Amino acid sequence: MKSWQCLVCGFIYEQEHGWPEDGIAAGTSWNDVPEDWVCPDCGVGKSDFEMVEI
Amino acid sequence: MKDIIIIGTGMAGYTLARELRKHDQQSTLLLISRDDGAYYSKPMLSNALDKDKTADTLIISDADKMATDLDATIWNHTDVTHIDAENHQIQCDRGAIEYKHLILACGANPIKIPFEGDAADTIMSVNNLDDYRHFRTALEKQKRIVIIGAGLIGCEFANDLSTSDITIDIVDLAPQALGRLLPAGAAKELQNRLLSKGVNWHLDNAVSSVNHKEGVLEVKLKSGEIIDTDIVLSAIGLRASLQLANTAGLEVERGIKVDRHLKTSQDDIYALGDCAQVEDLNLPFVMPLMNAARALAASLAGNKTAVNYPAMPVVVKTPIYPIVVCPPPRPVEGQWEEEVTETGIRAKFKDTQGTLQGFALTGELVKERMLMAKEVPDWLS
Repeated sequence: MKSWQCLVCGFIYEQEHGWPEDGIAAGTSWNDVPEDWVCPDCGVGKSDFEMVEI
Repeated sequence: MKDIIIIGTGMAGYTLARELRKHDQQSTLLLISRDDGAYYSKPMLSNALDKDKTADTLIISDADKMATDLDATIWNHTDVTHIDAENHQIQCDRGAIEYKHLILACGANPIKIPFEGDAADTIMSVNNLDDYRHFRTALEKQKRIVIIGAGLIGCEFANDLSTSDITIDIVDLAPQALGRLLPAGAAKELQNRLLSKGVNWHLDNAVSSVNHKEGVLEVKLKSGEIIDTDIVLSAIGLRASLQLANTAGLEVERGIKVDRHLKTSQDDIYALGDCAQVEDLNLPFVMPLMNAARALAASLAGNKTAVNYPAMPVVVKTPIYPIVVCPPPRPVEGQWEEEVTETGIRAKFKDTQGTLQGFALTGELVKERMLMAKEVPDWLS
């Protein structure tokens, strides 16, 4: 499954695990992550992430 | 003449430029950098080895691409030497240029202790991409390292290096790792985890000298112990870069003093990031600078906005033992309450009235950081 990395701090969003702390269920694709979701480590928004292959 | 000149192309300078362009596509923008102006994520410097990142692969965009993306001019390899606040002009080695608004985002420099010994000048620190490139090159041939300082950066490097076959010794004055950030129990657990990966701890100790000896470095400790090593890395902290601010006569303390609008003591000059002290707080972390960049970008675009600091937890990048810390930003009397669970440690720092002022979470409990941060009073409300 794909992962996206925060350009600012290096945090990685893994689709496989989602981010349950913010109510994003495991398996949620990046497109379905809410637009107002922010990086848990540094607070930047979705537009500052870039897709990385793992 | 430029509408906005930003000095520094680290995380603070580029984040401000990016935030500014969300509000304002018209102002002319110049960024000036002492280095090559490449954009990279600084927090990744201390966990790049394990991810097999080189200095070049850490680069997200080079200066040319940043200039295009930001519709900005970027002068790299350029030193700014003087600020003339009265005439709204800066001097650099490309000549003089005027500004309407000037932003200082010139960062912080590693604190250097004058150690004894004929090899003291070989001590490295890693505070930018060029430092990292130099460090990586040294590591290609060398197999032993002494890290001075068991704070955030020292522990992150120890963890990052521990996955390779490098022998690591780490030295600190304090009796525990992450002295100002973690209670003793949680620190002990981190020390044990790193010890199990071969990290040798020298706590309650200090480096007294570094000398050349038959092609290696001989590090002598206060305790009398002698360590033969190849690389000495200093990770004892940062100090705001104030040199340029001083040329403009700006008020400085631990950082360049700014108000809640990030304005310095001179009109039309602002500061943010590691070089800035917002009211009484100089916090060299990502979250504070992101908040500052958003507020300042809005202000520069005509919508005057004060910066707020909620309590901002910091992730310690020690994957062997995940840790999040949220220390009180100002000295406060109180004590730690540590709760040890099967999945990690939940530690609360309470003041003498019993109010939660800070916390630390380890293991799987790091997930609670956002919830717990909401229980801590704002740092700047």
